[in-house]
Amino acid sequence: MAVIPKFVGERIKRREDPRLVTGTGTYVDDLRLPGMLCAVILRSPYAHAKIKSIDLARARALPGVVCVLSGADLKDKIGSLPCVAPADHVPFHPVLAQGKVRFVGEGVAVAVAASPYVAQDALDLIEVDYEPLDAVVDPEKALAPDAPILHEEFATNSVTLASVPNPAVDDAMRRADKIVKFRVYNQRLAAVPMEPRGTVAKWEGGYKQLTVWSSTQIPHLLRSQLAEQLKIGENKLRVIAPEVGGGFGAKLNVYAEEALVAYLAMTLNKPVKWIERRRENLSGTTHGRDQIAYLEVAAQKDGVVLGVKAKFICDMGAYLQLLTPAIPGFSGLMMTGCYKIPALAFDQQMVFTNKMATDAYRGAGRPEAAYIAERIMDMVAGEFGLDPAEVRRKNFIAKESFPAPTAGGLVYDSGDYDLALSKALEIVDYKKVRAEQAEARKHGRYIGIGIASYVEICGIGPSSLLPPKLKGGGWESSTVRIEPDCKVTVLTGVSPHGQGQETTFAQLVADAFGIDIDDINVVHGDTAIVQYGIGTFGSRGTTVGGPALMLSVGKLQEKMKKIASTMMEVPPDQLVFANRAIALGSDPSKSIALQQIVDAAYGYKQPIPGVEPGLDATSFYEPTNCTFPFGTHVAVVEVDPETGVTRFLRYIAVDDCGKILSPLLVEGQIHGGIAQGIAQALYEEIIYDENGQLITATLMDYAVPKANMLPHYELASTVTPSPVNPLGVKGVGEAGTIGSTPCVVNAVLDALSPFGIRHLDMPLKPETVWRAIRDAKAKE
Amino acid sequence: MRLSLTINGERREDDVDPRTLLVHYIREVAGLTGTHVGCETSLCGACTVHLDGAAVKSCTILAVQAEGAEITTIEGLARGSAMHPLQEGFWEEHGLQCGYCTPGMIMTAADLLGRNPSPTDADIREALEGNLCRCTGYQHIVNAIQHAARKMRDKQAA
Repeated sequence: MAVIPKFVGERIKRREDPRLVTGTGTYVDDLRLPGMLCAVILRSPYAHAKIKSIDLARARALPGVVCVLSGADLKDKIGSLPCVAPADHVPFHPVLAQGKVRFVGEGVAVAVAASPYVAQDALDLIEVDYEPLDAVVDPEKALAPDAPILHEEFATNSVTLASVPNPAVDDAMRRADKIVKFRVYNQRLAAVPMEPRGTVAKWEGGYKQLTVWSSTQIPHLLRSQLAEQLKIGENKLRVIAPEVGGGFGAKLNVYAEEALVAYLAMTLNKPVKWIERRRENLSGTTHGRDQIAYLEVAAQKDGVVLGVKAKFICDMGAYLQLLTPAIPGFSGLMMTGCYKIPALAFDQQMVFTNKMATDAYRGAGRPEAAYIAERIMDMVAGEFGLDPAEVRRKNFIAKESFPAPTAGGLVYDSGDYDLALSKALEIVDYKKVRAEQAEARKHGRYIGIGIASYVEICGIGPSSLLPPKLKGGGWESSTVRIEPDCKVTVLTGVSPHGQGQETTFAQLVADAFGIDIDDINVVHGDTAIVQYGIGTFGSRGTTVGGPALMLSVGKLQEKMKKIASTMMEVPPDQLVFANRAIALGSDPSKSIALQQIVDAAYGYKQPIPGVEPGLDATSFYEPTNCTFPFGTHVAVVEVDPETGVTRFLRYIAVDDCGKILSPLLVEGQIHGGIAQGIAQALYEEIIYDENGQLITATLMDYAVPKANMLPHYELASTVTPSPVNPLGVKGVGEAGTIGSTPCVVNAVLDALSPFGIRHLDMPLKPETVWRAIRDAKAKE
Repeated sequence: MRLSLTINGERREDDVDPRTLLVHYIREVAGLTGTHVGCETSLCGACTVHLDGAAVKSCTILAVQAEGAEITTIEGLARGSAMHPLQEGFWEEHGLQCGYCTPGMIMTAADLLGRNPSPTDADIREALEGNLCRCTGYQHIVNAIQHAARKMRDKQAA
């Protein structure tokens, strides 16, 4: 018999891919159900307006139209969209606007027809009489006494003020050689998964059974929330996340259209589909970031940072989505980065504005935090004329200090920050590239070298870290079932949508049982099949889902060894799994085929004392801490002073995500993350004008980078296993995004330093850079 | 309107509403859902198919404009059960994650390799300027297309 190889740590081609490269995967829009109708939504063209009246009569009269409803028709029929994060003011959030619209793109009415073309025609016949109101667009002006109020019942646009005071910060400020003050803005971004959102709902009245297919990262959490909104039992609601075309945090939510489509299916007794258009995606799917931070940094002239004080203004948008007010928390807690900054204090003022809600977007608070920490390091280096790499080294938490408690109250699990920095500097040949930079400047060329040493928080996490109102905690679940033919079914509570856990989990299971990767089928995303799980976000798929999987694997291994032990008459602890058999560790020739064990477990012709029939184990894993991946990215760029265009010369990323199970997939995650982080640094921003009109409503205006706008990435890694979980993994979904944004901004600003430019707000698009150079030259 | 065309080698005749977009005809009438819709404005390229051998964005063409044409979609790229070298390349080089942009990427790449069998990495990045990917950061896509180009050149040489 052929020897079965080990899979963990190998460059394994993904098991998801054959269906995807042949166009045979099934995304929500690919579902075809008999009698299915299409819903299309009319959206507000105003940022803030009273709805004086809506006339649906002409739309309803259009031949082929099945149903047209406005918010008024749904009053008391569908519950508020949920926000589970704590806040002082949580408004009622209707699925269609009731009486007032509060952002451009808010749903006002819905039309249903067999053809989406006819439904769209119906929308054109709806007459809405709006009374426009002044809009609040600038979050810094939202609390001004004359600011229009979004939600009158609160009499303020304050969502909540979160304060983390610390008197030690004032002491640090007194002892500092210099207090470096500056303002940073993490601009508003859109996640732009290539598959927009979409939902299909089917109601089987006789069974009182509702099935909802949705493009979501959290099928179980969505089920819990939808059940509450629609007042049906969770045991009668099946949520399926089929193939999901990217999420990036924007599908870690519960959206208006999900309950609306379900309600329509239940009342019309026909399947109903709604597919988001890109314009709707940019205006009505949650945005990310949009945090302003005013920083005061207590620094010594040798570059050591003694303390940081920050005042954040965080733009929540018009309503609170699932986790909206929770997102800025990590920006504050993680803003000391990989540094032993002893004192940290911050305030976060969260405000309502007439815009789409913000919520999780790749990194969710940690990119903002890393951006702050890494801008602090470069600003301090610039202030005292020090080398930015050396300033980082002076402030790093030493590798001997782990587990390391931080000023933010977290405990970093493991790390060797200097090692990652040293490796990155070695790859770029730091001294040489600095010399080249100096030489280039003599010839009027502006080369910049940017460094970002980041640490982030993954594997979220212990349940206590998640909002109390969230149904479900920070744990994850798995079922492993060895079928009678010795093939393995894995049910995981995580819900991958591009990350590749069908492959990673199969690798782990194959190695554990000594079987082939092709013998394993990993199933996810269907609440009728999979035990309750939490979902995929915060790099928890493998860091929390992986250990949950291994718990079930361990239970089955133990059971199978017991069976083998009886059959082979050797103690179970001397047995190992290899090559589709269980063998004696000391003498592999003494073995019994796995199929025989499986036959004994299912056939059960001879009862085995203390062993139940079947081979099926379910486990729930609660982590004891988060994990803290880290690394250093270095970018070398050249800025053209005539055009303001930034061109990449090198991009180096040294990432440490703990133990690496699938090197190819880890590379892919880092590449994609870097691309999104560079996009924030150089290209992307959601722009609303002063009236709250969305300017970046298409991909013509919202600058998702193309292939020729991004560099070739040079990757390397260090491996510092996490002690938090038995796999030693840390997670890698957000790392690239978190490292790359400050790295690229630092590089561009380094290039611009001869002009005396210290800081610019992202995105550093050519116009921004060109204007800054022009203004700097004018001052000379 | 009566529309007759060939999709993936199969001749079809259908009655279509004149305003039907080609992508909707392909997906809803012909039932080929491998061609995706990502932006409806010909910016993202997820809907890319071949029309008489050239890559086009099927979201901004009317189905009736394809009268008499030969359309190839991702489902028609493979010959029999064997994958096209580009499909193999994307699989081999991890050129996809969520997979939503992949059919369009592959159709655009097939168009490129038809015109330029030995592209540089920069050529590939330029050729993909009408196709967005949000997951991969493009590097593995470039590798995947180079992988396919090598395979196709080797086959040509053999």
